[in-house]
Amino acid sequence: MSDTTRVLFDAPGPKARMRYRIMAVIGALVILGLLYVVYGRLEEKGQLTAARWDWILDGSAWTNYLLPGIWDTLRAAAISIVLSMVLALVLAMARMSDVAPLRWLASVVVEFFRAVPVLIMMLFMFWFLVHRGWFPDSLNPMIGVVFGLTMYNSAVLCEVIRNGVASLPAGQREAGLSIGLSPAQVRRTILIPQSLTAMLPTLVSQIIVITKDTALGYLILYPELVTRARQLGSAESATLPAYVVAAVLFILINYTLSKIAEAVENRQRRRNRSAGKVGDANEPPPVAPAIVPSGGGHGGFGG
Amino acid sequence: MTELIEEYQLLDAFWMTIKLTAYSAVISLILGTILAVMRVSPVRIFEWVGTTYVTLLRNTPLTLIVLFCSLGLWGQLGIELASRDSPTFIVDNGFRLAVLGLSVYHAAFVCEALRSGVNTIPLGQAEAARSIGLTFTQSMTQVILPQAFRGAITPLGNVLIALTKNTTVVAAIGVAETAYRMKAIAEFEPSLLMVGFAIVALGFVILTLPMGMLTSYLSARLAVKR
Repeated sequence: MSDTTRVLFDAPGPKARMRYRIMAVIGALVILGLLYVVYGRLEEKGQLTAARWDWILDGSAWTNYLLPGIWDTLRAAAISIVLSMVLALVLAMARMSDVAPLRWLASVVVEFFRAVPVLIMMLFMFWFLVHRGWFPDSLNPMIGVVFGLTMYNSAVLCEVIRNGVASLPAGQREAGLSIGLSPAQVRRTILIPQSLTAMLPTLVSQIIVITKDTALGYLILYPELVTRARQLGSAESATLPAYVVAAVLFILINYTLSKIAEAVENRQRRRNRSAGKVGDANEPPPVAPAIVPSGGGHGGFGG
Repeated sequence: MTELIEEYQLLDAFWMTIKLTAYSAVISLILGTILAVMRVSPVRIFEWVGTTYVTLLRNTPLTLIVLFCSLGLWGQLGIELASRDSPTFIVDNGFRLAVLGLSVYHAAFVCEALRSGVNTIPLGQAEAARSIGLTFTQSMTQVILPQAFRGAITPLGNVLIALTKNTTVVAAIGVAETAYRMKAIAEFEPSLLMVGFAIVALGFVILTLPMGMLTSYLSARLAVKR
């Protein structure tokens, strides 16, 4: 509990403490009751028998399904984050360029890919490749997943970079110009590098979004963790346990990543080397609005 | 192009997307508000429940949650959200399970958005509320939450936009919304894939663009002057 929420109520006196205690007991009873109902339902439907769960201790379920699933999830996420970072840099450069048509084009591209659901882009690319037959069939789902994730996240990260540049003190740019650098040189050598260091925590939290979104690959037959969990569920006739285990694995991976993001953020705050600070992707950009009004929605939480 | 829209019922599909968004938005707003109040409440166990809920739901992929609702809750546990006798049982049940999945997932984000709204309120507001003798419930409903909602309009708007786009995920359990139709076009009409994608993408731009504009307008209009 943070200090902000502490101040919402008085330090409890004896009466209030009693009241809180009673409410806590009632709350605990309600939660236990709910858990009991869930337990009863599971028991009634025979979900809690050893036969449904014992595959967890069996190595083959892990080596055949879960570990390859984790591997494919992380692989697609890793490729996508690298590609989107590169593309985001290109887009950000274009969107801040001195050439007006280039700026407009980049704005349209960014707003478009922020507005279109990732799944729609994945479906499009996957089926496009299937019909064209350019690549071996086994590669198509992977390319589809990476394409969808890269397009959306590069648009989001481009805005984060731009945000970062806009929040730098004006003196940074002016100093660069006054020593005779061109505006493009100032952006490339002074503004964007500072923006990149400051966006590191945002980048890590974007990795969480990407990792979760690889699960959309389920709809285009990419063998990531959710797809494997479903296969495992049918193979062991343990649908529910397989999903529960997949969820636990996802939560563990993402929770670890979010802790890393926090640590990076703290470290950065201590070092405080960058001249400005970069807000997260959910802040509206303090830059002049582009020709397409911001409507993409950057709430980075896909499926 | 009109044939494509008619044959694959794209208008119906978009209407389904809108319905999914509307129902899930209302339910997740209610659930998210309850969670946010729990997270700032003085009773430890409520706070703990709220935090655990948000941590668990936020880190699980929506695809998994939606599949769990359909294959787990319905398939394995036999929980049905529509009457068996109704002629539209399959459709209704699928729709409601989809709304359930979308709502529980986005409630976690609504909760976080509201908490960020609470953080925009100066401490003096809560202190003033306490000093004139308001109880926790009173200061919550009359001082904190009204300001929190107004301060949280931008993040709440972002959640709404994300929700609109995320309704596509329920194609995984066969609800006939936009992504589901898009998949059918992609599978059976390879020559129209480009056009289909263009229409669907444009549809989402049309849906989310006004939301983004309304969000910026409202957040400027309703911002609490300090």
